[in-house]
Amino acid sequence: MDAQPRELSYAQAIQEAMVLAMEADERVFLMGEDIGIYGGAFQVTGDLVHRFGEERVMDTPISELGGAGVAVGAAVTGMRPIFEFQFSDFATLAMEQIVNQAAKMRFMLGGAVSVPVVMRFPAGSGTGAAAQHSQSLEAWLGHVPGLKVVQPATPHDAKGMLLAAIDDPDPVMIFEHKLLYKMKGPVPEGHYTVPIGKAEIRREGRDLTIVATSIMVHKALEAAQTLEGEGIDVEVIDLRTVRPMDRETVVDSVRKTSRLLCVYEGVKTLGVGAEVSAMIAESEAFDFLDAPIVRLGGAETPIPYNPELEKATVPQVPDVLRAARDLVKGAR
Amino acid sequence: MPVEVILPKVDMDMATGRISRWHVEEGAAVEKGDLLFEIETDKAAMEIDAPASGVIRDISGKEGVEIPVGEAVAWIYEEGEPPEAAFPSASPEPPLLTPPLKGEGDSGTSAPPSPLRGGVRGGGPSKDSQSIFNHPATVGGIPPSSAVRASPLARRIAREAGIDLAAVAGSGPRGRVVKADVEAALSGGAAKAPAAKAPEAPAPAPKPMSDDQVLKLFEEGSYELVPHDGMRKTIARRLVEAKSTIPHFYLTLDCEIDALLALRKQLNEAAPLVKTEDGEKPAYKLSVNDFIIKAMAMALVAVPEANASWTESAMVKHRHADVGVAVAIPGGLITPIVRRAEEKTLSAISNEMKDLAARARSRKLKPEEYQGGTTAVSNLGMYGIKHFSAVINPPHATILAVGAGEERAVVKNGEIKAATIMSATLSTDHRAVDGALGAELLSAFKRLVEKPFGMLV
Repeated sequence: MDAQPRELSYAQAIQEAMVLAMEADERVFLMGEDIGIYGGAFQVTGDLVHRFGEERVMDTPISELGGAGVAVGAAVTGMRPIFEFQFSDFATLAMEQIVNQAAKMRFMLGGAVSVPVVMRFPAGSGTGAAAQHSQSLEAWLGHVPGLKVVQPATPHDAKGMLLAAIDDPDPVMIFEHKLLYKMKGPVPEGHYTVPIGKAEIRREGRDLTIVATSIMVHKALEAAQTLEGEGIDVEVIDLRTVRPMDRETVVDSVRKTSRLLCVYEGVKTLGVGAEVSAMIAESEAFDFLDAPIVRLGGAETPIPYNPELEKATVPQVPDVLRAARDLVKGAR
Repeated sequence: MPVEVILPKVDMDMATGRISRWHVEEGAAVEKGDLLFEIETDKAAMEIDAPASGVIRDISGKEGVEIPVGEAVAWIYEEGEPPEAAFPSASPEPPLLTPPLKGEGDSGTSAPPSPLRGGVRGGGPSKDSQSIFNHPATVGGIPPSSAVRASPLARRIAREAGIDLAAVAGSGPRGRVVKADVEAALSGGAAKAPAAKAPEAPAPAPKPMSDDQVLKLFEEGSYELVPHDGMRKTIARRLVEAKSTIPHFYLTLDCEIDALLALRKQLNEAAPLVKTEDGEKPAYKLSVNDFIIKAMAMALVAVPEANASWTESAMVKHRHADVGVAVAIPGGLITPIVRRAEEKTLSAISNEMKDLAARARSRKLKPEEYQGGTTAVSNLGMYGIKHFSAVINPPHATILAVGAGEERAVVKNGEIKAATIMSATLSTDHRAVDGALGAELLSAFKRLVEKPFGMLV
């Protein structure tokens, strides 16, 4: 039964979660632009339209606001919609439905309804898609009470968090880094969930805590391996959930290591790492800090089209190495 | 992005420095490499150049004030870069001990606020507070003197252990006290503060008089107080250390120097003329002291056991004689070193000393030019001093104090004759050089001085 753990790509893991949910629950259905015959902008839905039909794998018009509105309405009336954006950048077009409707309805109607909608956002840079198709806007939605916002970093978590999101009574926004879709990793068979709101320690260490999100988790782990050879023992925390944030895991880690480096792709100023930094500065971990908190985030610029410039605008492994060495060796 | 100008570390063991003079003014355009300011360290003045080109702003390092190494003293902005254009990622933490919005007259600190910060601190948010709060100067600048830079962790450990952070030397950036420093202080048994009061340095008994005790002995207004500069403090510290830790003893000999004076005259007359900017000049002009430096170096080579330094674990036996020469300069003295003096000709020593002494007087010596050495020479002959005893300058084991050459009546073979006599007193570190060895060294010196042709070969 349990021989080698089976490996799936991140995109396959998401698709498997959707299949499992749709097989188990008739209320679950998919909506999005070009997710039917075309299979989705990143081929995540693939051929599901042939398996479940056009009623449950529904192509929407090129109108994010309209699609999101239908999804939110369906959720309020008892369905379990999963709405896919082609690019997370287009969340801007659907903000009214996400921020003012999905996030608020449960509260404004005194708990009479909930909005169990799931929205999936292909996010991040690195595909040469330029400024309007490369952003990391998780902090925008993470700022809105009433939403849950997650950033799974592995195929395992992509499946488990999507299944948790479908089960969740509240709107859950899933930011999927586009460069992760082809990444493979062990994914258990069958239904399982990864809790929303719980960070994961990917690597234990004593000298420095790196809190990373999404693809930055992998860059942090790569850097940690190099640093191990230099005698620097790094703890890498995969934050996984932007809202509600797992305060306890990060606080405990910083209490242990005394140093914090936040690595995230979103723009540095007012980004997720900014919130983690402030949370630690306010927390009981403050008295355990032996160096300033450092953030590595995206540059304060729209993402450039030129691939070299594009790379330069988001943290890369050498940046993590440099910042970690500076922190541990006392240069900062 | 503005470039931080910091107070650099220019000397070993330098924790703080003073800016003796700024050469640029606020708002001046500077080119990379332009002279920005001079630092006065313990013993020398160093010129500091601009690390980048641009416009100098936010000069916070005041002249004559002790500033921790690594502290930002100014910023260089790019031409046309507005002050709020950039926010340096490595900017120092804000001075937590100065709440920015306290009411007028309640600044809670005696440190003079910089103009920018003063405006915010004294009078609440000003009209243009937006730009001020986004300004590097707001977060940089000098913390009040009572503030200790320390990490939160270091603070907590110190608090729990009852250690006064002010007594802990910080090894972090800008002198920040970090966990390792507090732990080192703890294990080193350093300064446990009984109360919040700063512990006094472990003073050797008997305690010296306090400043107040001294001043009380004089009528008020009958004196002027001159704050110590770095050199004065160094001299005081090093001499107390030398005189209280080195067991000195002293040996004195008279040397007849008529032959040396005659040789000096001949050599100086024989000096070839060389062309210089000021016309033709002799290639050298030997002083009596140049002979003494050379003689001391050759004596140490002849008696190598005496060319030593004491350390707790071993005797350091030097292969060369590096002779420090005490040079009086305004406000103190300094001892530039003639390295490998035993290998150098008299004219080479003479010209090197002229250069070193001139630069010593303008405080332009580099640390490596006055640190170290294996012995020293101090000559007060030009003041007519007959003889005196000098204090050893560690790590040396000896120092030679030279008096004036003067005509004295001497008895030779039962007859009284006139001769030019110079008294020389060797101070010796008894841990490294015993009495007989010191006597041997001084005799060797006397032999060279009295038969000075030995110094020419």
